[in-house]
Amino acid sequence: MNLYFKYLLILFKSQMQYRTSFWLLSIGQFFIPFSVFAGLYFLFERFGQIKGWNFFEVALCFAIIHMAFSLSECFARGFDTFSSLIIKGDFDRVLVRPRSTFLQVLGSKFEFTRIGRLAQSAIVLLWALNNLPIEWSLLKIVTLFFMITSGVLIFTGIYMLAATMCFWTVQGLEVANIFTDGGREMAQYPLNIYQKWVARIFTYVIPFGTVNYLPLLFILGKTNGNDLLYMLTPIAGSLFILPCFLVWQFGVRHYRSTGS
Amino acid sequence: MIKVEGITKSFKVAKRSTGLLQAAKALVHREHTIVEALKEISFTIEPGEIVGYIGPNGAGKSTTIKIMSGILVPDGGTCNILGYTPWKNRVEYVKNIGVVFGQRSQLWWDVPVIDSFELLKDIYKIPQPEYKSTFDLLIETLELKEIINSPVRQLSLGQRMRCEIAASLIHNPQILFLDEPTIGLDAVSKIAVRQFIKTINQEKGVTVVLTTHDMNDIEALANRVILIGKGSLLYDGNLEELRKRFGSQKTITADYRKNPNPIDIAGTSVISWSPEHVVLSIDTEQTLSSEVITKLSSQLELLDVTIESQPIEDIIIQLYKEFQI
Repeated sequence: MNLYFKYLLILFKSQMQYRTSFWLLSIGQFFIPFSVFAGLYFLFERFGQIKGWNFFEVALCFAIIHMAFSLSECFARGFDTFSSLIIKGDFDRVLVRPRSTFLQVLGSKFEFTRIGRLAQSAIVLLWALNNLPIEWSLLKIVTLFFMITSGVLIFTGIYMLAATMCFWTVQGLEVANIFTDGGREMAQYPLNIYQKWVARIFTYVIPFGTVNYLPLLFILGKTNGNDLLYMLTPIAGSLFILPCFLVWQFGVRHYRSTGS
Repeated sequence: MIKVEGITKSFKVAKRSTGLLQAAKALVHREHTIVEALKEISFTIEPGEIVGYIGPNGAGKSTTIKIMSGILVPDGGTCNILGYTPWKNRVEYVKNIGVVFGQRSQLWWDVPVIDSFELLKDIYKIPQPEYKSTFDLLIETLELKEIINSPVRQLSLGQRMRCEIAASLIHNPQILFLDEPTIGLDAVSKIAVRQFIKTINQEKGVTVVLTTHDMNDIEALANRVILIGKGSLLYDGNLEELRKRFGSQKTITADYRKNPNPIDIAGTSVISWSPEHVVLSIDTEQTLSSEVITKLSSQLELLDVTIESQPIEDIIIQLYKEFQI
């Protein structure tokens, strides 16, 4: 973990060599989800509510998934842009250093400009929380924290799967965007507004539902059944990263036997 | 120290075919050919040696280096380096080796060199006092003091290469693998890099394995060369031996007081001739150069004579031809 921060520091220093670019990109990142959010706002302006969800509840949903996404893009960028590491042959360098490939790839790149996106979603989060009549408890705060963490872990897991594909081909990796960008777009609304099968995929296969929809039911007091179960869903969702980790290890082994 | 036995490695390469139809076919089904990159390579390297690992492009040099540095797993054969099998226990093993890939940088591009060194200290978990002493030694022998605080992107290629080598030595490895360390460098930088490699070999006893296409590197550094071609080991021995075996050609250049008679000495062939100057080529296996000079001096009034061995470069070219690689 210590080393991870050292990587963070040196790349932050590098980033600060290009200040103007940093600020411009950050501002850009602030406004990209802003326009999406504006769409959301006008949608509710027109229809009032969707399937029993009001504007601020959905805004909370939106804020959480976007926070998780921006954090994962910032801190797990190494996996997101892993193909460049393969193309340049720098993965060989990773293999001759006495640390885990996971940590080194994670530390190979950070995207600090995502701070803009993070700021935007944080503002939405605060705004939504301010306008929702939630009875706060320690458990709910903890849950909120777990929701974001689990989102970060799931996005990271998807990046890892895409990165693993690089060991076989460095082309056609856009496929992964279906799951990251697509997943993000889907999960910014509560899952019950979709068809059953869509909701199922995003609960059991790629568990974005556990990031915001299910635990939000608990936070908003909409559950029918065991609260604890809903509260723990983010932790269950986090487990998604474990198989990704194994797949990654498998990929590394393949690379070392084929060298391509 | 390094013991490689019967290493084999083959790669599956997708056949590339021309034509639109063929390309469309390749989308669905691809034909593969198996390329044998290494066939039963064996050698042993003792501590403190500098070994030049040479061969034409695609001979399998890089593959061997990758196997020895634990990046690749071979198909067969064994390899024992410092008691480790490189491709098992990767993390434990690589603490003991340094690797420089001449074409790729291991330094962080936008920050001062010293920051990269500091980060490597954490990557290799080097204790501070040990780091300090190695660092000081490297700075001094490599004369890095002036450039250590500049960002890597502002360094010249030669300066950068010196930093690269220093970076791969910061954890005090016992073995250093250099893959084309002098590629693209100008003459002055090349000499500086060679000098440095020699120094760390002598002062720290680091075993060095280097691949290169520049035979001057080999001549300046390696007392031993391993020649590989098409995946097979062709020659393993010292440079002198190589010369004796394959480079028996010498050239004799003589200047003399004007003499219009053409020169004809048995066992030699004339490369160029003028009334004052002659260049002869001899095969030392058949004729001794001293005999030729004796004959020359009996016929002419010699002013100056030089004898040159065949450049190592030519020998290697001849070798490649001979082995058809």
